[in-house]
Amino acid sequence: MKTNGKCIKYGDNIDTDVIIPARYLNTSDHNELAKHCMEDIDKNFINKISKGDIMVAGNNFGCGSSREHAPVAIKASGISCVIAKSFARIFYRNSINIGLPILECSEVDKINEKDEIEIDFDNGEVFNKTKNESYKVTKFPEFMQNLINSGGLMATINNKNK
Amino acid sequence: MGMTMTQKILANAAGKPEVKEGDLIMANLNLVLGNDITSSVAIDELNKIECHKVFDKQKIALVPDHFTPNKDIKSAMQCQKLRKFALENEIENYFEVGEVGIEHALLPEKGLVVAGDCVIGADSHTCTYGALGAFSTGVGSTDMAYAVVTGKAWFKVPSAIKFILTGKPKPNISGKDIILHIIGKIGVDGARYKSMEFTGDGLNNLSMDDRFTMANMAIEAGAKNGIFEVDDKTIDYMKNHSKKEYKIHKADEDAKYDEIFEIDLSSIDYTVAFPHSPGNAKTKEQWEDIKVDQVIIGSCTNGRFEDIKAAAEILKGKKVKKGVRVIVFPATQAIYLECIKAGYVQTLIESGCVISAPTCGPCLGGHMGILAENEVCVSTTNRNFLGRMGHITSKIYLASPKVAAASAIAGKLVTPEEV
Repeated sequence: MKTNGKCIKYGDNIDTDVIIPARYLNTSDHNELAKHCMEDIDKNFINKISKGDIMVAGNNFGCGSSREHAPVAIKASGISCVIAKSFARIFYRNSINIGLPILECSEVDKINEKDEIEIDFDNGEVFNKTKNESYKVTKFPEFMQNLINSGGLMATINNKNK
Repeated sequence: MGMTMTQKILANAAGKPEVKEGDLIMANLNLVLGNDITSSVAIDELNKIECHKVFDKQKIALVPDHFTPNKDIKSAMQCQKLRKFALENEIENYFEVGEVGIEHALLPEKGLVVAGDCVIGADSHTCTYGALGAFSTGVGSTDMAYAVVTGKAWFKVPSAIKFILTGKPKPNISGKDIILHIIGKIGVDGARYKSMEFTGDGLNNLSMDDRFTMANMAIEAGAKNGIFEVDDKTIDYMKNHSKKEYKIHKADEDAKYDEIFEIDLSSIDYTVAFPHSPGNAKTKEQWEDIKVDQVIIGSCTNGRFEDIKAAAEILKGKKVKKGVRVIVFPATQAIYLECIKAGYVQTLIESGCVISAPTCGPCLGGHMGILAENEVCVSTTNRNFLGRMGHITSKIYLASPKVAAASAIAGKLVTPEEV
C-alpha cells in the first residue's frame, strides 16, 4: 500500500485535547469530529488540508486522554498517515486498532511543512519528493503488523468466529 | 532474570512463569472499565460484530461520570446508549446518577480492584489503581470492546523506572506536590511506555489518598502504569473496602530498572504545574503574582475525603475572595456523605464555595465550570493542556487541594501559610 500527499507539521507533545477538544466528545460521529480536529492550535486545519495529506510531528504525539475520537478525527479529516518521532502509547494502540496509519521516524526534523511525501507502507519507506530524500522508519513488531493486516483488533474476533 | 512488580502481575495474568521487557502477551483481565464517552464508541464497535456476549457481567464496570448529570441532549443520548447496554447485558457494576462517582475514586471504594489485579479501562487515568498494587492501564474504546467480549487485552511488557521514596513530607505537602515534582523532573514523556514503580520507607508517610493521587498522574509522565508496593495501609484499605482475594507481588531483588531515582520526600516543596503542561512544575519561589478567577477542588486526582478535608480546614472561618468562583466536587457519593457528616460541606459553603455532584465535568472542559477568555484557574485536576477547561486563552495551574484552597482565599496563587 502506498500513499502520498503534502505535509502539515506540528511540534512535540501534541495532546489529544488539541487533536479533538472534549467539548465535542458528546458525539462519536466521525465527520462531526473531523470538523473540529486540531482547531485549538490550528483554526483552519480542516479547510487547508486535502485528502491524502500527511501529518508530521515531534515527540510524544497523542499524549493525554484515551479518547479514540482523536485518531478517528484525524482519519476522518482525510489525513492518510501520521509520522512522528514518537507516539504516546494509548494513541499508538488506538491508531492501530482503528486503522489510522502511523509511522515512527527519527528524521522528521528534515521534513518541512508542505513538502510532498510518498509513503510505501509495505517496505517501510518514506520518500520526500520535494527534497529528494528517503527516511528510515521503525518497523512494527510482527504481532502488530498482523493486527493491521487483519483490519484492526475487532476484525480478529470476527475472524475467529468464522 | 528478576521481574518488576508490573512484570510479575502481567506474567500471572498471561499464565506464564515469567515475562520480560518487550514480550507481547495476551493477558486475562480482572476488570474492564468504560465511561459514558468511551463506552459509547465501544458499544458501536460491539454492535458491528456478530457475537457480542459479554465475557463476565461481574467483571465489567460502566461508569457514566464525564458528561453527567447529562449536560446536553447529545450527552444524554450517549448515556442512554450506555444504560441500555448495561441493562440488556445485566452488567452488575453499572452506576446510575445517585450512586455514581468519578470512576477512579469509585472502583477502589467499591472494592472492585485489589492488589495483583490486571485491569484495563477506556480512560487514561485508569492507572490510578496502581496505588493498590494492581496493574491497571488506560486504553481506547476498541480495546475495551475487545475485552468486554473476550476478557483479554494484549500488552507489550514494559520496562520500569523505580522511585525509592524516603523521608517524611513537610507539613502541608501532599501526594500532589510529590507527583508534580516527579513529572517536572522526568518530563511528560519521561516514563513513556514504562512502569513507574514506587517503593521505599517513605511510603509509610503517604496515605492511600496520597498514593491514589500519585498513581493517577503516572500517565502525565507518559507511563503505561504507576504502581506502589503493597504495605499495611494498602491491606487495611482493601480489607475495609473489598471481599476480593488479593495477591501481593513484590519486585525481585535482581529486577532490572531503566533508571532508579531516590527521592527524599522531606526535600519537596509546594509544587504547581504552570500552563500548558503537567511537566511545567514550579516551586513556590518561582511563582509569579498570578490572579485567580476560578478554583476547582475535586476530580479523580484530588476529590477524595482527605482532599476535601484539607481544603475545608484551610477555608474554615475564612472567606473566598470576592469575584473568585470556587467549585468543590467530592469524587463519589460516599465521600460527599462523609464530608457532610464531618461538617466540611457546611464549612465550604459558609466560606463561599459551591459543592457539586460527582462528575468529571470541568476537568476536561465538559461542563460545570468552563473558563472564559483569558481566565485563570487553580485546579486540583491532572491536566492543564491548552484549552482543556474552556477558552484557548484560559490558563490552568495544577495544584494540591491546600494550595487551591489558599488561593481561593487570596484570589491569587499562594501557599496555605500566606492566608
